Amino acid sequence: MRLTGAPGQPGETSTAGLPLRFKISNLNFFYGPKQALFDINLDVPVNRVTALIGPSGCGKSTFLRNLNRMQETIRHTRLEGEILLDGQDVLQMDVVKLRRRVGMVFQRPNPFPKSIFENVAYGLKINGYSGRLKEHVEKSLRRAALWDEVKDKLNHSAYALSGGQQQRLCIARALAVDPEVLLLDEPCSALDPVTTAKIEELMFQLKGICTMVIVTHNMQQAARSSDFTAFLLDGKLIEHAVTSRLFTTPADPRTEAYITGRFG
Amino acid sequence: MTEPYNGGINAAPQTPSPGSIAVKLRMFWRKSLNLVMLSITAACALLTVSVLALILGYLVWHGGSSLSWNFFTKLPAPVGETGGGLANAIVGSGKLLLIASLIGIPIGLMGGVYLAEFGGRTFPFMVRYATDLLNGVPSIIIGIFAYTVVVVPMHHFSTLAGGCALGIIMIPIAVRSTEEFLRAVPRGLREAAMALGASKWRTVATVVVPAAFQGILTGLMLDVARVAGETAPLLFTAFSNRYWSPGWNQPIASLPVMIYTYAIGPYEEWHQQAWAAGLVLMGLVLLANIGARIVLSRRASFSRS
Repeated sequence: MRLTGAPGQPGETSTAGLPLRFKISNLNFFYGPKQALFDINLDVPVNRVTALIGPSGCGKSTFLRNLNRMQETIRHTRLEGEILLDGQDVLQMDVVKLRRRVGMVFQRPNPFPKSIFENVAYGLKINGYSGRLKEHVEKSLRRAALWDEVKDKLNHSAYALSGGQQQRLCIARALAVDPEVLLLDEPCSALDPVTTAKIEELMFQLKGICTMVIVTHNMQQAARSSDFTAFLLDGKLIEHAVTSRLFTTPADPRTEAYITGRFG
Repeated sequence: MTEPYNGGINAAPQTPSPGSIAVKLRMFWRKSLNLVMLSITAACALLTVSVLALILGYLVWHGGSSLSWNFFTKLPAPVGETGGGLANAIVGSGKLLLIASLIGIPIGLMGGVYLAEFGGRTFPFMVRYATDLLNGVPSIIIGIFAYTVVVVPMHHFSTLAGGCALGIIMIPIAVRSTEEFLRAVPRGLREAAMALGASKWRTVATVVVPAAFQGILTGLMLDVARVAGETAPLLFTAFSNRYWSPGWNQPIASLPVMIYTYAIGPYEEWHQQAWAAGLVLMGLVLLANIGARIVLSRRASFSRS
């Protein structure tokens, strides 16, 4: 693995020509009267990692949460624009089906107050899966690099795990329904470096089979693990490019100022 | 180097020198005031605890001797005969609380779920306000209401009427305590379930309510314990009964009403039985309270510190 953020395939210089999982056009988002996102246009390529960086409050999480319509759970919000998932309008889709295809991992680990097995199996059960749960649970826990640590205590409460293990459990839970996209909202911000490395390793292994969009405060993490990076500032998309190029030769002076630490 | 300026904020504060009479008096006044206030507040706290201790003490002292196997198994005996008990009142209270729970618990639970999870601004506000008002309605008025609505059409007192009255009293507390415990469930759990594709109702039923379950259970236990001691509404709904009350359509004896009847009666045996009944009732309430504390203390915390 090269030290700078390597694109998924050598030679990729932009998202042009790649199949797109998400195509977001003219996205405007409002919290009541206050506008939070201004006219965002972004292409998220299939089976690549796209990172969203920017200072606190710039709208990264707001933008991410719109991709699986989680913002609808907040009252008095309004979305204008178009989000296409594989060509289908996300806003016209059944929201339950959408969220089965687009999974999410949150900033703070939030396992259910159930056993480890029940946590991972929850998504499968509510989507009507009636096949062999045990195999699916094991597969998800293996993908989240948690199986070896919990295989003897699947019936124990999820709260008995450490913070890093709980977050990996949440990832396993999200992966259990085989989503096409995984949205990660600062998944490692509450975790120690060892667990962070494990999660980045996990993302690397998922790259060929799952589209990932990760919001991160940690620029080095974005540089390490993503193929494409988008820089947001005050609700606007400033720059979106291949990670290595954005971090070495950013086109916009604001991007450069942020990356070199002059603000944010 | 210039002299430091001795006026303005650099000026020496205008206090008398330490050791002077004025300072000593002020210190004495402050310390005494401190001591007096501490004593008053401690005394009031002690008074509160001692009231409870006195009540329990009286009950145990006067009623303990009358507690016997007969008390729990026999019907009231004719005056002058020994060996009677209040078995019908104990069972009667049990039956009344059963009906009250069947009315109060589902309505309270569902109402609490609605207030905590669904709804906008005005309607939940009105519901909450109405619930709080209902909580403040004197229990005797709820008894009159149950009399008008259940006893009069049925043309006689009944367990059903008594249970209805107690159930109505149970509703507001159940609603509010359920709502409080549901609100205490962190938002992250709901979001996690919804992000997996669970609908709102599914999230509530399979994640939020189980997460709040222990709290809700204790709230309901305390609710039942509270209505167990309500006397006024039973006076003209369940009335009373010196014998067993089969079914649900007959008047029925209950502990609080028996305490009332026996305590103001002229016979010494009755007074003894009233003390014993009071002890049993108090024991029930204490058991529910302590049980609730134990259940709550074993609650798993939501986050690892």
